Amino acid sequence: MAPASAIDRGRLAEELRRIVDPRFVIADAETAKPYECDGLAIISQQPMMVVLPGTVDEVRAVVRLCHRHGVKLVARGAGTGLSAGATPHPEGVLLSLARLDRVLELDKAARTARVQPGVTNLAISQAAKPLGLYYGPDPSSQIACTIGGNVAENSGGVHCLKYGLTVHNVMAVELVTVDGELVSLGGLGLDSAGYDMMALITGSEGLLGIVVEATVKLLPLPEVAQVVVAGYATLRQAGDAVQQIIAEGIIPAGLEMMDGPAIRAAEAFAQAGYPTEAAALLLCEVDGSREEVADQLARVEAVMGRTAPISLRVSRNEAERQLLWKGRKSAFPAVGRISPDYYCMDGTIPRAELSNVLEHIAALSEEYGLAVANVFHAGDGNLHPLILFDAGVPGQIEKTEEFGGRILELCVEAGGCITGEHGVGLEKIRQMAAQFGDDEITQFHAVKAAFDPAGTLNPGKGVPLLRQCQEYRALRGGGF
Amino acid sequence: MRHIIDQIRTAAEARRPLDIRGGGSKAGILGRAATGEALDITGHRGIVTYRPSELVLTARAGTPLTEIEAALAENDQALSFEPPHFGTGATLGGTLACNLSGPARPWGGSFRDMVLGVRLINGKGEYLRFGGQVMKNVAGYDLSRLQAGALGTLGVVGEISLKVLPAPRSTLTLTEAVDQAGAIRRMNELAGRPVPLSAAAWVDGRLYLRFSGPVPAELAGGKVLDGSDAFWADLREQRLAFFAGDEPLWRLSVASTAPPLLNGAATLIDWGGSQRWIRGGDLATMAAAASAAGGHATLFKGGDRTAEVRQSPPPALAALHQRLKASFDPAGIFNPGRLYGWM
Ligand SMILES: Cc1cc2nc3c(=O)[nH]c(=O)nc-3n(C[C@H](O)[C@H](O)[C@H](O)COP(=O)(O)OP(=O)(O)OC[C@H]3O[C@@H](n4cnc5c(N)ncnc54)[C@H](O)[C@@H]3O)c2cc1C
Repeated sequence: MAPASAIDRGRLAEELRRIVDPRFVIADAETAKPYECDGLAIISQQPMMVVLPGTVDEVRAVVRLCHRHGVKLVARGAGTGLSAGATPHPEGVLLSLARLDRVLELDKAARTARVQPGVTNLAISQAAKPLGLYYGPDPSSQIACTIGGNVAENSGGVHCLKYGLTVHNVMAVELVTVDGELVSLGGLGLDSAGYDMMALITGSEGLLGIVVEATVKLLPLPEVAQVVVAGYATLRQAGDAVQQIIAEGIIPAGLEMMDGPAIRAAEAFAQAGYPTEAAALLLCEVDGSREEVADQLARVEAVMGRTAPISLRVSRNEAERQLLWKGRKSAFPAVGRISPDYYCMDGTIPRAELSNVLEHIAALSEEYGLAVANVFHAGDGNLHPLILFDAGVPGQIEKTEEFGGRILELCVEAGGCITGEHGVGLEKIRQMAAQFGDDEITQFHAVKAAFDPAGTLNPGKGVPLLRQCQEYRALRGGGF
Repeated sequence: MRHIIDQIRTAAEARRPLDIRGGGSKAGILGRAATGEALDITGHRGIVTYRPSELVLTARAGTPLTEIEAALAENDQALSFEPPHFGTGATLGGTLACNLSGPARPWGGSFRDMVLGVRLINGKGEYLRFGGQVMKNVAGYDLSRLQAGALGTLGVVGEISLKVLPAPRSTLTLTEAVDQAGAIRRMNELAGRPVPLSAAAWVDGRLYLRFSGPVPAELAGGKVLDGSDAFWADLREQRLAFFAGDEPLWRLSVASTAPPLLNGAATLIDWGGSQRWIRGGDLATMAAAASAAGGHATLFKGGDRTAEVRQSPPPALAALHQRLKASFDPAGIFNPGRLYGWM
């Protein structure tokens, strides 16, 4: 183990200012304030120092310096993460990649973009648009979140059912390892030489290295896209409709569901024309060439027609399509408007379990006296229950976290997992013991040690200590 | 499983290398020659669960590919990556270890892309479970996909869960005569447009384009290939004349737009330009050409399999490989030397 920070704060700041433009070394509490938390604001921590390097060489020098002195390092993109993955370490340096925000190269013929880690997800698609191309994964936070953060979390989006997650769309990264080495992973071909380090790095939550460049795959913009929006009187009916669409042999570009409270919040926010009396809303998008879309749309409409929706609407033009999606894509902030605070969960379950799990969540909602709105990547079985609470009411945060933990365990019991796309971070570290046994956790630590033996990068996140797992299980009466 | 775990533990104690064996259909391809006590996994077979409406199938590693494909076909589903079999014995586990995918790869994804979870015995003889049976799972490092292409050097995969997809409803293949550079341009140009392309290859001076949906209007007058399924199967299974004979067969995985490589070398192009098969030549030449084209080279079949058969990564990355290997297999018993002579 490296010694706990063998360098004092003043010296460290001084050394950092020799590497990075002094304006971008933040050592005072007030200026560092915005870096205290990511999108999960209930977990926050004052960083010892924040540094924003402007070049890859600066990143390497900062990493080398911290490593040499045993100073912990936490990478940060835009801080939109929802699992407290970018929460600072009290005795560590927060390394923001936000200034590395350039699109370096677009290759129309090869359909790739080479970008710096701080480029936002949406900026890639915007840059590619004149070439008739776009970047597939589209998290709802895409205006703000960075590609570095996307790689670290293996982020998804509403179009991942057909076009894949981040892991399917990033071809290569440049990674700064904990000792400041720069390694190139992946390549411009469709597989890696040797071990598939791209699979390992994607979703590794900043624990194995710092992503300083990514080459992503671009897709041709579809000729047309149309979305079918159906309202249902019950969640079960909507769940059945999802199964039937898949059974028909159709893989829509997106297949999303919302429950009553989410529909009403989204409608109030976006005025998308959603049926507010419905208990469930299904959005099913098909895209491709005109012929393909016409063919698929006919099939989707036929299937949905048989599932007794109370309303059925097909977008007729691009503006209407955008509006219908706006409701879904702004569901989180929309819920944020109807409740002082909300807590977003992220379990994944087999689709067939949908109705059962939602009923169970409704029962827990009663038990805890906290309302829930559900947003759901239905095609992928990825649930986002949003627990509504008020952090101003004493005890509500704790109650909310406990309720959230129960939902994650429920997902594991249903044959699923505790996180589909938001990551473990600090937030779900306890529930890792619900999904994995000690042997798996030990193997994770061994992999971490292969990259970062001293535990410098993002300490305390992602993988719990064995002791934490045992405490967790003891608390649950050995149920896991 | 019990006896396999016992054999692993004993071997680990004695630091005695094991040679993990599936159906043997890929013996002598892809990896280096490596010796060790045989560890036979073919007895560990059978589909564990298959729920068509979930698009998920879980099977033991020794399950023959033919059995899996037959079960899927009954439900109009398929492995979207069209894995080659290379003979009758192909198993699911061996196919994962080699990360083998057929002509649909650029559009249907690879085996690696479809992996959802694995059960794996590591070098300490622990039976571990990573990933799961759901479409999205980011809890813990993705140690499931990591097994794809690792040639069994990280552990013995016991069970695999993977995403399956609806089988394409109908396909149509067009073919035309064109030179190599022209073919590469055409493939990339088409792949950049929203058309339902599902395979693109160049063989013997002819371009072959497969569509799994409506063919774009301006191509509608093109020459349709009869018996196209047989053609794609022959390409996938390396039964075309190009693959015959003993000359070393190199696989270069490169940028799809890379120009014709190694001027004049006998070449077959698949994967819309990303996979180049080349006959003859040595590692240094192939590695240089592949690196310049943004990728890497492997001696897929034939040649000297006691020497390195793929290019080694630069030192920092090679060191990561070794440490990663040791994190799974501290005694170094799983297929040592199979991937690289130094590991
Ligand atoms: C309103 C809202 C909607 C959202 N919708 C979605 C959604 O639809 N799908 C989805 O998947 N997520 C969603 N998210 C979650 C979040 O946006 C994603 O996890 C995103 O990828 C985080 O990117 P970021 O740049 O903000 O990363 P941060 O939050 O800054 O960091 C996230 C993690 O990545 C690490 N990290 C960041 N940059 C690097 C780097 N360069 N190298 C190494 N590690 C790095 C950090 O250490 C941290 O562990 C949503 C969030 C919000 C607030």
